[in-house]
Parts: sequence; structure tokens; C-alpha cells
Amino acid sequence: MTGPVEVPGVESAVAEAHRSEWAFVLAATARITRDLDEAEEVVQDAYLQALRTWARDGVPERPGAWLTTVARRGALNVLRSRRTLERKLPLLLEPEEALEPEPAAEIQDDRLRLIFTCCHPALAEEAQVALTLRLVCGVATPDIAQAFLVTETTMAARITRAKKKIATARIPYVVPDAADLPARVDAALTVIHLLYAAGHTAHSGAELVRDELTGRALDLARMLHQLLPGVLDTGGLLALLLVHHARRATRTDPEGRLLRLQDQDRSRWDGDLIAEADRLVVAALRAGPPGRFTLQAAIAALHAQAPSYAETDWPQILVLYDELLKVWASPVVALNRAVAVAEVDGPAAALVAVEALEADGRLSGYRYLHATKAELLHRLGRDTEAVRAYRAALDLSGNAAEQEFLQERIHATHPST
Amino acid sequence: MAQYAVLIFERETADGAPDLPPEVLQAHMDLPARVAERGGRIVAGMALEPNATATSLRGDVITDGPFIETKEALAGVFVLEARDLDHALALAKLTPIVSGGVEVRPLVGFHVTPDE
Repeated sequence: MTGPVEVPGVESAVAEAHRSEWAFVLAATARITRDLDEAEEVVQDAYLQALRTWARDGVPERPGAWLTTVARRGALNVLRSRRTLERKLPLLLEPEEALEPEPAAEIQDDRLRLIFTCCHPALAEEAQVALTLRLVCGVATPDIAQAFLVTETTMAARITRAKKKIATARIPYVVPDAADLPARVDAALTVIHLLYAAGHTAHSGAELVRDELTGRALDLARMLHQLLPGVLDTGGLLALLLVHHARRATRTDPEGRLLRLQDQDRSRWDGDLIAEADRLVVAALRAGPPGRFTLQAAIAALHAQAPSYAETDWPQILVLYDELLKVWASPVVALNRAVAVAEVDGPAAALVAVEALEADGRLSGYRYLHATKAELLHRLGRDTEAVRAYRAALDLSGNAAEQEFLQERIHATHPST
Repeated sequence: MAQYAVLIFERETADGAPDLPPEVLQAHMDLPARVAERGGRIVAGMALEPNATATSLRGDVITDGPFIETKEALAGVFVLEARDLDHALALAKLTPIVSGGVEVRPLVGFHVTPDE
């Protein structure tokens, strides 16, 4: 791309560069300022400058490199004025060679530093999620607040508190060493998965899929997989999100009501995404003992590739759930396993498993436990109990589409109510 | 290097420190050397007598016991120098603990008043 470009093209080029290059530019700049707030400010300035300069001179061939150069220059100016002011602020920590020009491969790594800093376990999980959206994805604070249904003031305070802790407790701006890497990668993957899930289920409010969040989470999963290929579960998480994404159009009917897996129109699933996910799962399974995201992705991919719900390879899915429970002993996994048990050994066997989980108590506030139990009771012809269980699920749901779905199930189970 | 306080919280025993198993006591003695081997430094340390010996003041009111009652009581504090939080956490992990854990807090400052 050479020569001047008309202004509307420039705006979309800057918007595109914001989405795809923000993390890259900020991460490289933060190494100079060693202060996240200052880095954010100069990077924002660089994007403003891009709007003006690109309109005049055309969009550069490598917008990310252009923005990084401008932002780093801005950062050096900030450093100079900081020295003049002799401010003594706690700064992001990293080895002193930051000002040296460096090979492209090293700059790539900066995005990892940024992700690992935002997803540091010394920060509360909700702060990790907010910081990742703000700093790695460049999403504006009011938009983050809206996505998580809190006021802008609350979200701004949450982000400020987290940044202050990074500076004061001296959370380092580094890629963790080999000993810590597995746990830290898992923490980053968890944050990305939470982001996707928040966009996917949209716990309260009418809109079921918040495209912005799911799209960002997918971008992050791709980034992490690209930066740490073959490391632990990065391929597994990307595959899992791809399968979710492939099915996103069929999760609800035209009126926005939730559809069960067995009621979804499989012809509308995105075959390309499912095929990509399948390749990632196969590669991850070959690479070594699978982690929890790889196993979940393998299960999701089996579902996605089945021609119909009835023709799903349930015995294989049950095997995968057994493996998943070994690496991740979560009651939610045990509940999903019970659904597979129902298809392999029948609803009575599954009900035994669900009732054991109910007795365990950890899932008593979990609406899917009650909904699953209701479904099994209904299949066993115990409709009065089924309706009671559906009502319990209904009481716990804060999502309009889900509530409507459950109402419908109650009606279908017991038409007299 | 940055300074952190490492606060040790332990399940209390009747007589405090003397009740600790000898190998735990020994591990406490060895801690400064192990921290130094890993590039950190223990600047100062203090071991506290049990909660039952504490006296608290709120305004003019004197009460028996610690200011905050917790299941695991504050048993000691040491001041640690480390490169950053990851380094500090790795060093704090070396603290011998019977039943409890540690809290790592950045310090605003640490001063010892010199003798006159």
C-alpha cells in the first residue's frame, strides 16, 4: 500500500491497527516507560497522531511498526521530562537494557510480558480480567464496565487499584521462568476463557452473545497460541473457543431463546472453524499429556463433528470426561460427565451421579445442576419431581433467554401448570 | 532491591516457639543463608510470643489478647530484600511453616533507630 489514501480508509485503518496492534505497541512502550499509565498515554497519543499523519501521507506499510516507533519516541520524551522533574515513582521492573534497539523477535515477547503482568496471580481474578481487556486489548474502560455490568466508576477504580498494586508490590514485567511458567500460562488461559464465557453467556440482560468480548477472547487465544506454540494448553484453549464460536449462531432461536445442543441446526455450524479446532486438538493430544482445555476442546470437537445428537460418539466423550476429571476435579465437570452417562448407560445411572453431586452441596446454587436433574427425571417419567427441579433452576437464573427456556420446559413437562 | 515484610501466620501452640519441632526451629535458623544463596537478603527478623501474651489498646481501652483474632496467629515478621514480587514470593516460600502460611507486603520504609 503506497500513496495517500482517502480519509474514510484512514479511519478504518487506524481502527484496525487499534484492534490488531494495540498490545504490541503498548507492550513495547511499557518497556521504556516502565509505567503502565504513562505507556497507555503515549500509545493513545500515537494513535491520534496516526489519524492525522496517515490522512496526509497515506497508511504505512507496517502500521504496527509505525505506531511503535512513534509511541517509543513519545516514551523517551516522557522519560526525559521525568528525569527533569526527578520524580521517584515505583516503576515496572525489568532488566536495564530496555533502551537498546532490539531484534523483532524480542519485541514479540513484550506482548507476553504484558499478558503475564495482567494475569499475575497476585491480582484478584476480576482485576486480571479487567486489566487484560484494558491493557492487552485496548478496550476503553466504559466498555469494559458495560460488559461486566458494573458502573464506570467501579471499573475505573478496579483498574487503578490493580495498576497501583503492580507498581507498589513490584510485580515484574517479565515472562516467568520455566518453573513458574505452567501455572502462569494456566492463569492467563483461565482469564481468556473467563472473557469468552462472559461474552458467551451474558449472565444478566437480554443480549446473549456479546460479540465484542468473544471476539477479543478469540484474538487473545490466537495470540497466546502464536507466541507460545505447543506450550501446555494454549492450543487446547484456542480449539475450545473456536468450537464455541463455530456454534454461536445456533445457540438461540430467532426469538433469542436458548436452544439445547440436540435442538440446534448443525448445518449452520461453521465447518471451517470446527476443522481448525480439530487440527489443534489432534496436535495438542499428540504433544503430551493433555491439559484441561485440550480435553474440553476434544469433547467439544466430538460434539461439533457428530452428524446429530443421537449419533454423537458418547462412549468416547465419557472416556474424555473421565480423563478431564483426573486433571480437573471440578463438580461442574462431574455434572457434564453425568450427561454423557445418561447417553451411554441411561438416565437412571446418570440420576444417581447427579444426586451424589447434589448431596455434595458445592453445586446447590448452580442452575444447570437443577436443570440437568429435571431433564433426567422427565426422561424417567417422574414429571412432578422434574417440574420442581426446573423451578429450582428458574429461581437461580438471571438471564432472560434462559428463564424463557426453562418456562418452556416446565410447560412441556407438565402442561397443566 | 525492594523491601518486603513477610508476615508469618501459624496455628498457635500452648508455649509458642519452644513447642515447634526441632527441625522447624533449625529451618528458621537456616533461612537467612538459604535466602542469601538465592540472591535475596533477610534484613531483620522478629519472633513473637503467643497471642495469649498480647495486650491491645484502642483509645484508652485496654484489652487482653491480639488486636485481631485469627485462626492462625501472627507468629513473626521478617524484612526481606528481593528484586521484585516474583523473587520475594519465591524466597518467602522457603519459610518453614507447620500449619498456616505467610503474607508478603511491600514496605514503605524500614528504619532501625541507631544507638546514641
